[in-house]
Amino acid sequence: MATAVGYLYVLAAVLFILSLKGMSEVKTSRWGNWAGCAGMLVAVVSTLMAVGIHRYDLLILAVVVGSIIGVPIALKLPMTAVLQRTAMSHAFGSMAVALVGTAEFYQRAPDIDTFTVAVLSAEMILGYLTFTGSSIAFAKLQGLISGKPFIYPGRNFVSIVVLAIAAALGIALVINPSWGFLLPIMAGFALLFGFLLVMGIGGADMPTVIAILNAYAGLSAAALGFVLNNKVLIVAGTLDGSSGFILAILMCKAMNRSFVNVLFGGVGATVTSSKGAVKETRTVQSYTPEDLATMLEYSRHVVIAPGYGMAVAQAHYAVRELQDLLEAKGVDIKYAIHPVAGRMPGHMNVLLAEANISYDKLFDLNEINPLFTETDVAIVVGANDVVNPAARTNPDSPIYGMPILDVDKARSVVVIKRSMAAGFAGVENELFYLPRTTMVFGDAKKVITQVVAALRQ
Amino acid sequence: MSTEFTQSDVVVNLLIFLVTSFLGLELIRHVSRLLHTPLMSLTNAISSVSVVAALVVIAHAKDNFILTLATIGVALAATNVISGFMITERILRFFKKGNEGEKK
Repeated sequence: MATAVGYLYVLAAVLFILSLKGMSEVKTSRWGNWAGCAGMLVAVVSTLMAVGIHRYDLLILAVVVGSIIGVPIALKLPMTAVLQRTAMSHAFGSMAVALVGTAEFYQRAPDIDTFTVAVLSAEMILGYLTFTGSSIAFAKLQGLISGKPFIYPGRNFVSIVVLAIAAALGIALVINPSWGFLLPIMAGFALLFGFLLVMGIGGADMPTVIAILNAYAGLSAAALGFVLNNKVLIVAGTLDGSSGFILAILMCKAMNRSFVNVLFGGVGATVTSSKGAVKETRTVQSYTPEDLATMLEYSRHVVIAPGYGMAVAQAHYAVRELQDLLEAKGVDIKYAIHPVAGRMPGHMNVLLAEANISYDKLFDLNEINPLFTETDVAIVVGANDVVNPAARTNPDSPIYGMPILDVDKARSVVVIKRSMAAGFAGVENELFYLPRTTMVFGDAKKVITQVVAALRQ
Repeated sequence: MSTEFTQSDVVVNLLIFLVTSFLGLELIRHVSRLLHTPLMSLTNAISSVSVVAALVVIAHAKDNFILTLATIGVALAATNVISGFMITERILRFFKKGNEGEKK
């Protein structure tokens, strides 16, 4: 029986790998998801076959609870809230792993070998800190707490001390596994560290942080696989971990920042606080939505650069309508997608896809930038830092060196924005003051709906 | 399935970890940029195979405290598995190209 299960685990691992392989293209992606599903089924069924479960009542209860929470989320959740769900799922996944690790420790302590305790301690610390970290990320994204980074003097020192205490308690457990009473204290410090870590992070850094938490959740699952000598868990956890890791690197590259800077830099707080002192006196040109409609009617090439503002205003359906109308008038429409636009890797792509916008109209940073010189109008919908030319020109700017969408190279630029407030990095945007830039103030959805109405006349 | 393991198991597991890491990095690097959000929900669902670990612990649990922790673990992981695969499917269905988008 045990050998049969071993082979089935290999099958599950292969299915998981094929699942990720499927994600390399949109065409094969749904197939990939089904492969993942099948892998999960194989893994769970073969485990149930191998171990003698006496408490099926508890299992059924757990699965029923899981379905009651999981199914409505999956079916009803609006796409604009996918990032909150992602944060929540990291919290759930890491908590599951941390609790099972804790159970395993108490199950086997004190007759437990050094290697196992060491891995267990690391796994629990990682799991618990990812739980609070992801919960705070969820609360920030959901608007339950302020999205601004919570910064105080000596913040990094306090965080590191807290983590060091958790690690020291973990080492104490390794030295003497009979000190089981230390475990809850260690868990407490790990939870506190996750809390402190993500409290200090601002909205613009969320894509990176979500990706890092993803990597942690995966790594802690892999560590649990080591403890239980469960190979399919090692494979699945490692795949999840490397995925989070790669995404985090991509996000950091897209912002020209390092991991350390994202986690400990606290960008967005210091700059925002000093901003109030400088009174902005320069003026900008502004248009009404009707002016914008007229301008668009006489354009040939239009590029739309969406940002988090489009997600907040839920303007993606209105954008789709605008695209249809303009295309009917012979205008060519493209979308410029910055890797960190929004609050999650791939955030804009999902929203635009939801609005039925063909994905061959979505262009990556490197693909679209050379095309801006041939663009008549670049429309910036609720994006700010990712189109700020200061990233190219001003070495003093906190975002200097970040690759941006070169919308300022288009013949004219229209920025749809609620107010002149700075972006999440708290940086003034030179783009708004350029002679070729015009602002249209208002909620993105309202403005675009008005433009659409004007075009219909 | 025994949770007692030998030195050679550790070596084999490390090997699996390393090979999967490299394979994972290669696979993820080739994931379409369009699909980064569904990728996160998919890998999250996959790593919730930790439900298997919770099952093993439940099978051997020596007292009710351990049983409770592991059962909560099953519930949390099951939530992720169920909602993870379902929402990935929902997101992926949105991605359409060219004329496919017109049908709706």
